[in-house]
Amino acid sequence: MSLNVVNAQPAGFSIAQYLTCLTGIVWREGLRFVHQRERFISALVRPLVWLFIFAAGFRQVLGISIIPPYETYILYEVYITPGLMAMIQLFNGMQSSLSMVYDREMGNMRTLLVSPFPRWYLLSCKLLAGTAVSVLQVYAFLLIAWFWEIEPPPIGYLTVLPALVLSGLMLGALGMLISSGIRQLENFAGVMNFVIFPMFFASSALYPLWRVQEGSPMLYYVCLFNPFTHAVELVRFALYGKMNWVSLAVVAGCTAVFMIGAMLAYDPSRGLSRRGPAGGET
Amino acid sequence: MWVRCLAFAIALWLAGPLPARAFIAYVSNEKGNTVSVIDTDKWTVTKTIKVGQRPRGIEFTVDGKFVLVAVGDDDTIQMIDTATQEVADTLPSGPDPELFIQDKAGKILYVANENDNTVTLIDLEKRTRIGDVQVGVEPEGMAISPDGKLLINTSETTNMAHFIDTQTHQIVANVLVDSRPRFAEFKRDGSELWVSSEIGGTVSVIDPAKHVVTKKITFEIPGLRKEAIQPVGISITPDGKIAFVALGPANRVAVIDAATHQVEKYLLVGQRVWHMAFTPDGKYLLVTNGLSNDVSVIDVAALKVIKTVQVGELPWGITIAKQ
Repeated sequence: MSLNVVNAQPAGFSIAQYLTCLTGIVWREGLRFVHQRERFISALVRPLVWLFIFAAGFRQVLGISIIPPYETYILYEVYITPGLMAMIQLFNGMQSSLSMVYDREMGNMRTLLVSPFPRWYLLSCKLLAGTAVSVLQVYAFLLIAWFWEIEPPPIGYLTVLPALVLSGLMLGALGMLISSGIRQLENFAGVMNFVIFPMFFASSALYPLWRVQEGSPMLYYVCLFNPFTHAVELVRFALYGKMNWVSLAVVAGCTAVFMIGAMLAYDPSRGLSRRGPAGGET
Repeated sequence: MWVRCLAFAIALWLAGPLPARAFIAYVSNEKGNTVSVIDTDKWTVTKTIKVGQRPRGIEFTVDGKFVLVAVGDDDTIQMIDTATQEVADTLPSGPDPELFIQDKAGKILYVANENDNTVTLIDLEKRTRIGDVQVGVEPEGMAISPDGKLLINTSETTNMAHFIDTQTHQIVANVLVDSRPRFAEFKRDGSELWVSSEIGGTVSVIDPAKHVVTKKITFEIPGLRKEAIQPVGISITPDGKIAFVALGPANRVAVIDAATHQVEKYLLVGQRVWHMAFTPDGKYLLVTNGLSNDVSVIDVAALKVIKTVQVGELPWGITIAKQ
């Protein structure tokens, strides 16, 4: 009987009901974030350590080259700021996926997935909620960075918002796709080693690609085909009120692919999660 | 209503762009033997003028009709006609002229001849040489006091600032400064004379009445060797509040509170920053970066570098006036 109710089709839902669902999921994610003060602080401390300590030692590293979107010479701190913004989103995306593994182990996932709304909608809401949290973290980071004399043009704070939403969605969807393949919480360390570090280091977050190319042409191509590079560049250009069309296309394309992948993977009848009963493994 | 709107639009269209408030900057390119002309509205090079060999010191004449450029290896000063933007005439300097300055009326030009230990006086109207003053070895920096009574010349090897009476053309005082003095600049009220010492790494603040150094400004940039900090060009805002000092291979311009003589911050520019000039409205300061072949633009109010413009080979001096 109850199964019938679950399967009663969502076609009849009004927009208001969809919104209630969205608000519920975003609110839960927001509350979880706010209540975990350590998570908020650690999300800020990580990029700030890079900015204050790592960048301080590399002030002269960039050498002489003015690359778009910059119109003059910049300090290393200014260069890595967009990379650190994207890093916040990368960690957040993976953290959301971690929370999904946790939810699945604890059984909370069932509560979400038995909702009468279509699965794609639930997962999109979850993605949006994670992205909203990451955008908040990025703005908090930008606020602190401003006191460190990283002062993009005022309009940049506005133009970077859509770029952050898109890159947040891409990285969140990637995390979701990965989490569908992880059966236990302990496996998350592997995600750190095999996803976060390679993605972050083999990108334009820390060094411009021309500098990477000087060192190793092979690594240059690895960086060039890394979607994270394009998330960084999209954010970098948007922060200065400019558009990087190639990065936009890559990020939008990857977002679509990862989202579709995640939705298929979370479909119990077809996807990867079929491999084991949710939360049931011991 | 529609007609009025249309008429207004047409009027706007016919009026064209707003009246030009643009300034024009001339940059001497020491190695390229050219002068780059920069439009300060578009921040682009609009023309490159071929000049003599090794152009360095460059300045608009007071009437704005010519740009004078010292072409050291041709032992002369060339006059670029600002209307045609071509070299129109030459002035008779001594051997290897480097920097020069005009009196307020724009009648006499004082030229430091690097290889001759002299300052040459040139009558700008007649375009003839009217005399020489013997100074120290390798004269370079030139400044004139706001009241026009004192001419200052710094000699790179003698390490002195020579005070020359503009009436008698006699040296009235010599002030010892740190090694290799490159440039001299008066505060607009005449209360202080600033002299940069390239090798010494300092800027000496001199009391022009007492002829004594009252303060030495030093620079420290984390991560840079002391030897890389070599002060050269100095520009002080007309209100005398802020001074900018180009620090050569440190690739930075120091911002100094001109009242307290404290360094407030360092602005990152291109490689081997050398000389600089304000736009006539005082909004921007343009600095030449010799080794990176470009000119950086500093927003004076915001104290930020906003743009860098590519010019010719080894940019050295710069002068700006209304278009």
